[in-house]
Amino acid sequence: MNLEYTDEQLAFRQEVRAFLEAELPESLSAKVKSGKTLNKSDIEQWHAILNKQGWLAGNWPKAYGGAGWNAVQRHLFEEEMTGASAPRILPFGLAMLGPVLQEFGSAEQQEYYLPKVLNGEHWWCQGYSEPGAGSDLASLKTRAEREGDHYIVNGQKTWTTLGQHANMIFCLVRTAKEGKPQEGISFLLIDMNSEGVSVRPIVLIDGEPEVNEVFFDNVKVPVANRVGEENKGWTYAKYLLTHERTNIAGVGFAVAGLESLKRIARTEQSKGRPLIENPYFAAQIARIEIDLMAMSTTNLRVISKAAAGQAPGAESSMLKVKGSEIRQAINALTRSAIGSYAMPFVSEELEPGSNALPVVPDYAASVTGAYFNNRKLSIYGGSNEIQRSIISKALLEL
Amino acid sequence: MNFDLTDERQMLQDSLRKYLADHYSNEVIRALAKSDCGYSKENWAGLAELGVVGALFSEEDGGYGGAGFDMALVFEELGRVGATDPLVDTAVLCGGILAALGHGEQKNLVESIIEGSLQMALAHAEPQSRYELSRVDTRVEREGEDFVLNGQKCVVVNASAADYLIVSARSEGAVAATAGISLFLVPTDTAGLTLNDYPLSAGGRAAEVQLDNVRLGAASLLGKQGDAFDTLELVHARATVAVCAEALGLMETIRALTTDYLKVRKQFGRPIGKFQVLQHRMADILIEIEQARSAVINLAGHVDGERDAREKHVSATKNLIGLVGKLVAEESIQMHGGIGMTEEYELGHLAKRLIMVDHRLGDATFHLERFVELAVA
Repeated sequence: MNLEYTDEQLAFRQEVRAFLEAELPESLSAKVKSGKTLNKSDIEQWHAILNKQGWLAGNWPKAYGGAGWNAVQRHLFEEEMTGASAPRILPFGLAMLGPVLQEFGSAEQQEYYLPKVLNGEHWWCQGYSEPGAGSDLASLKTRAEREGDHYIVNGQKTWTTLGQHANMIFCLVRTAKEGKPQEGISFLLIDMNSEGVSVRPIVLIDGEPEVNEVFFDNVKVPVANRVGEENKGWTYAKYLLTHERTNIAGVGFAVAGLESLKRIARTEQSKGRPLIENPYFAAQIARIEIDLMAMSTTNLRVISKAAAGQAPGAESSMLKVKGSEIRQAINALTRSAIGSYAMPFVSEELEPGSNALPVVPDYAASVTGAYFNNRKLSIYGGSNEIQRSIISKALLEL
Repeated sequence: MNFDLTDERQMLQDSLRKYLADHYSNEVIRALAKSDCGYSKENWAGLAELGVVGALFSEEDGGYGGAGFDMALVFEELGRVGATDPLVDTAVLCGGILAALGHGEQKNLVESIIEGSLQMALAHAEPQSRYELSRVDTRVEREGEDFVLNGQKCVVVNASAADYLIVSARSEGAVAATAGISLFLVPTDTAGLTLNDYPLSAGGRAAEVQLDNVRLGAASLLGKQGDAFDTLELVHARATVAVCAEALGLMETIRALTTDYLKVRKQFGRPIGKFQVLQHRMADILIEIEQARSAVINLAGHVDGERDAREKHVSATKNLIGLVGKLVAEESIQMHGGIGMTEEYELGHLAKRLIMVDHRLGDATFHLERFVELAVA
């Protein structure tokens, strides 16, 4: 057993840190630090900076323009990124679609799509969930009917994160009704500008339109846009989900969140003393920190296994459950920390830089929104209930 | 022991429940929550006409109720529909102060509150006070016959709709001393008073209040100078009955919504309510809500009694409601899945209101510490 990183790993960390110090624009890190919503161009700007460095796709092999990092390097990169308050890399093209195309796509598809993911020409979103098919993904109903060299797609997707900015969507569609629900699903790449595609934003309880409904009304999609074989989409979807689940523990976000909580608790007052000195409050911070210390090592244990070539299985479900619970606990305690200032609804027009007077301390502006928004952590990507079922089946064999 | 409602209270509950069902649909509530005023003036007038405001005051003060159980009844019903009416602010807090300390014309304002023609807000909390009632930094100086106030008040609910604020200020004593705090009745158009008004995430509105050399006549003082703490503590105890009962009503509706959802939402070919893991969690929620109901009954039954028992129950109940409220709100969103995250669905507004209860009048941590000081230590 050795809990320390190797010299090589530490050198890598140093390289990443130096890069972030030199290249991460202060305008972006300030936004991330204060929890403000990043707009489309913020994200595009950051992706372009990382791409120039060759670091946008840490998980892709070098042959496809990626960095070819192993799991430990990717972890160190993520940790430095969150530590420096860098915007997160959007996963849809890079962590989800990219690996699927590399594994199952045709040479033409790889040549055409992968460079466009890197250079930002394509902004991808994910068309998996449907109103009746969330965690029970296999019951999806959007259908694609073959007509010559096209599919005609009809149906509805939902919870499409940042779909309002996307020009491409990868979808699971039903191409056959026979057999088990998992059979008869195909994986299609659809241009959002096609006739018959429409997007409707869904406002969430934090007041932000982060997700969307996407409707397909007789949308013509070339058969050439199908990834892999017809009716084998479930295999590719599962492959994608294992990639989606990398960095699932969100240790970096938890560490940054805990730091921010402590900063706030040092500023807020309780009975004339900093809140952080109140033993009742301090004990709650400590409880979370103790959990986080252990979870961070659980995460490293899974990552080390992965770096040694063992694919993580149900372990990623454990990380999802514990990781989401810890982050949600941090969000809830941060909300408690700001006291009455959790109550104002601080929309964009009330934020600094607008004409309106500031209402709440700067550090409090995004706290309530983040608390409500992050209720999603235990719902999306397979709810925590689903993760627990996976654990009890795979690890406990119940 | 008898936990049944009296006939009078049963009648009030029936008529109030019917009025709310007719006038507080989910659509209306969501539209009001975002409106410039934060509540419906028509509905407010309707509630007053129904006698709902009067039920919060004793006969001596011009009402016909005023006991803890009257308040619990009214606010549980308002909570059930997620109403955003500032009844705690205008009636329980400010009306309670006017009834206890008002003299002459001040006291007559209680009548206006009961008939629904007056709105008020209590400007007491400050950015550094964190729920501690005696922590008042706003200063009052005597200049001849006048009082001059300087300071800042935070998250003053209903301030912009209010005709008057009641403002607390310190004339003597250390910043957290109970002695030396005075209360003043201040028309909102008084010079030197600035309101920076904004919406609240659970509906309704509040304001940051700045007091720059606010000059008030001698008649604006409520009660005796420097002597307001006991009244502040009493009206906060009564307001705690109100918001805890409101939370209970919110929990009841949220539980019903979630139970219904578990019956209709299908995953893996069957209603998700057939999964034992969700059944057990709903059972836990039910148990905790019954605990919450008992805590509210405890507080309502002690709020009109002697101070020590009253305050012990204030902190016990507010702590428990804070914890159970968080559990019920978070679990109900989780069991709804994605739909529970959307603003459009009824649950969102109710869950937000329930969570925000913990940010008023002291949160679960504050009251745990206070309970230790009052009851355990």
